[in-house]
Amino acid sequence: MAARPALAHSAPAWPTGPAPRGFTALAAAGAVVLALAVGAAHYMEERGHVVTGMGNEVVWGLPHVFAIFLIVAASGALNVASVGSVFGVAAYKRRAALSALLALALLVGGLLVLVLDLGRPERLVVAATHYNFRSIFAWNMILYNGFLAIVAGYVWVNLERRFASLATPVGILAFVWRIVLTTGTGSIFGFLVARQGYASGLVAPLFLAMSLAWGLAVFLLVQGALARWHGAPVPEAFRLRLRRLLGVFVATVAYLTAVLHLTNLYWAKQAAFERFILVDGTPYAFLFWAGWAGLGTAVPLVLVFHPRLRGPRATAMAALAVIAGAFAQLYVFIIGGQAFPLEIFPGYAASSDFRDGAIAPYVPSIPEALLGLGGLALSYLIVLAGARLFDVVAREGEAPCTDEAG
Amino acid sequence: MNPIDTSRRAFLGRTAAFAGVALAPGVLLYEFAAAREAGQEASAAVRWGMLVDTTRCASGCTACVDACNAEHGVPKASRPTDAQWIRKVELKDLRTGAVRSAPVMCQHCAEPPCVDVCPTGASFKRADGIVLVDRHTCIGCRYCMMACPYKARSFVHEPTTGQKTDTPRGKGCVESCNLCVHRVDRGEKPACVDACSAAGHRAIVFGDLNDPSSEIALRVRSVATSQLRADLRTDNGVRYQGL
Repeated sequence: MAARPALAHSAPAWPTGPAPRGFTALAAAGAVVLALAVGAAHYMEERGHVVTGMGNEVVWGLPHVFAIFLIVAASGALNVASVGSVFGVAAYKRRAALSALLALALLVGGLLVLVLDLGRPERLVVAATHYNFRSIFAWNMILYNGFLAIVAGYVWVNLERRFASLATPVGILAFVWRIVLTTGTGSIFGFLVARQGYASGLVAPLFLAMSLAWGLAVFLLVQGALARWHGAPVPEAFRLRLRRLLGVFVATVAYLTAVLHLTNLYWAKQAAFERFILVDGTPYAFLFWAGWAGLGTAVPLVLVFHPRLRGPRATAMAALAVIAGAFAQLYVFIIGGQAFPLEIFPGYAASSDFRDGAIAPYVPSIPEALLGLGGLALSYLIVLAGARLFDVVAREGEAPCTDEAG
Repeated sequence: MNPIDTSRRAFLGRTAAFAGVALAPGVLLYEFAAAREAGQEASAAVRWGMLVDTTRCASGCTACVDACNAEHGVPKASRPTDAQWIRKVELKDLRTGAVRSAPVMCQHCAEPPCVDVCPTGASFKRADGIVLVDRHTCIGCRYCMMACPYKARSFVHEPTTGQKTDTPRGKGCVESCNLCVHRVDRGEKPACVDACSAAGHRAIVFGDLNDPSSEIALRVRSVATSQLRADLRTDNGVRYQGL
């Protein structure tokens, strides 16, 4: 009989047994944040975006920082499953289900924020039925939905022994799809030819590197938390392997970010923008250096590569620092990129009552912050429910279902 | 034999009447919207455009902005969230110190980035070159605002009041200068052009760039004009003289 094969493993107390201690409280905490976010979105829709900090210049604000983080991290969270399926490494395969669950949860959370921030969220059906195929945004809608379907299929073939032979091909499809998806997300910005902060072919590969780092950071945190909760620690060798990988990904993001800014610094026409992001812009320069370069890059690199910092706590701290740095980097990239004035009249100093030539103001409001947090809360609740309903916690010494069947 | 229960017939009748009342305005509006005085579709043989003569545009004069606001029911802008269909920009040449003034609005590009990026196709370009937003399919994602090189688009941040029949506006959608398409279809000029003439400046010329005998085509042929951000090759329908 093939029903619920995951549960056919050597009878774990969980998820089949009673809910572990604190489950209800943890779920309730997430639900409260999610409810606040839905209330905030309703308020924004009733009153209009006038209650946010966004305006006609900074048109994408804090909700988009959360949404892009979640969407980019989603594809990266699939890393572990990809390594398992594409390269056939058993230790990774055992964690494929958690990896895929995280990918689904993060993407759904990100899409929730993106949709509820729309001016007309009730017109989602319009977005689903009217496609402009010249728009990378329209392509992304297809890529996001395809990702959800493929990853859901991937989870299924991993849990259902009858389809075990499909695990590798579906895993490879998911791997290719996620690369295309992150390229598409980066291209949302990379294709914006008019803005100094975005138009670059480097944005897509930068987003790919960011997805690898951020997704792995989230995976490490969730894996560590679930392991503590279950009293089944992650084997040190595997954790150290992932920790080293995190260091490589963080260094890759740093390299690509440096190349992006150095290229801009070489072009005279980009000098003013770079000065704004790296030196003058408030709070962007501070967030860039202290938030991304310091907290998000230097700190995790030290925590990951320092020979005396090998414990799980240092790994968790490194992952948290990477995530904090990710938010700083996205804030600088998304909001700083819009706050810098468009250069409509090269060679002229421009001024107007629409702040031509001036830095656009942006101060996030509480409703938009709540909406962003709601995306995190939904992802968290999905992971919590997924970990309760499915057997996603790897136990050492057990082969993954796919290996058993094969 | 049981008496016939007519309550269901009455219910169906009331439902049909209600549906008729609910649908009729939509059908009628569609009829009016589709009707164009010329009785024909917008033609690709026409390329509507504007020429702004910055040497005639008076610094501090906002006649074009005021006329646009009045024509389209757009309140005067004072906050970053207020819609700006057209704005006056004061310019100073960084090398020579020469001062210019010019209105900036949707440039009605031949290759509009806003149309390219719009996921639903709500941003579109009419055959005669006028770039518009379909308020029925705009989902308010603001990607077009990210893509516009001219900061020409506005998002409606709060409920609207004082709407004009020819210019439907709605909270949660993006809007921009529509080149007074309703006036152009009636054979009139955009409100800003008429207001500038009435103020005595005649700084904006409107017409068909494809018609060699039109004033705008003659001017564009005889004097040096430029398009904003010509490096992007969006081939704007709005041209500037004196920049």
